[in-house]
Amino acid sequence: MKVHLSRRYHFSASHRLHTESYDAAKNTAIFGKCNNLHGHGHNYTVQITLSGQVDTATGMVCNLVELDAFAQTNVLACFDHTNLNMLACFRDAVSTTENLSIEIHRIFQRFTAAHLERVHVEETSNNSFDYSGDLAAAPGVI
Amino acid sequence: MIFLTRKAEFSSAHFYWNDAWSPEENQRVFGRCANRNGHGHNYTLEVTVCGEVDPISGFVVDLKELKDILEREVIDVYDHHHLNLEVPEFKTAIPTTENIAIAIWQRLDNKIPYAKLYRIRVYEMPDLFADYYGEL
Repeated sequence: MKVHLSRRYHFSASHRLHTESYDAAKNTAIFGKCNNLHGHGHNYTVQITLSGQVDTATGMVCNLVELDAFAQTNVLACFDHTNLNMLACFRDAVSTTENLSIEIHRIFQRFTAAHLERVHVEETSNNSFDYSGDLAAAPGVI
Repeated sequence: MIFLTRKAEFSSAHFYWNDAWSPEENQRVFGRCANRNGHGHNYTLEVTVCGEVDPISGFVVDLKELKDILEREVIDVYDHHHLNLEVPEFKTAIPTTENIAIAIWQRLDNKIPYAKLYRIRVYEMPDLFADYYGEL
């Protein structure tokens, strides 16, 4: 029987929304207070949704200890208490939470114990972003 | 079509153990959850049903009736009980969050008048939950 399993992780990071493609006036106009020269920060929540058949021996879609270890090594250790703009993945991309969601989706595709359905990232309690890969959202993912 | 979600809570004890494995293998796979003395959680259940809005009542489902069904079929059986030792479906299945979601679906399927069961979501804790949509 196919079940969706969701696990939430938390990290804190700073960033600044800015692109060299725009001049200073346009960066301010487009990104507003998020373009502040010295940056600002958020407590991010990452919610990973995986799906798969429930293993009859374990009762699990995948082993949570393995999932947590993967998240710790590949996401939290990379992003927590960092400046996102200094990371290689944001050297050529604005550190919006849209781009962060895509990057975390790319990372979790390497976790192969279950199918990656969706990455949901909350930047604040009012802003959240979902990325399911480059497919139309399938029924049953909300 | 409207989707309606009703929440309920239950507090239960459980542990993870596969009798076909050695104690060492159970410990390796399930870690702290393999403690045979059990541990417990405050679970949150979200039951989502879908259907058309009745033009007279304005309801998809009678909420009082849905609450009574959840209490009779799930909460009375699970709340303040030990899932492994006291709930029949977990004599043969390990009471993981995934299996609890499936078991609650099976307890509620075809029991809710007028509306169709759409999703069972079970939170073991705020950062871990499982969704079951039936066999799609």
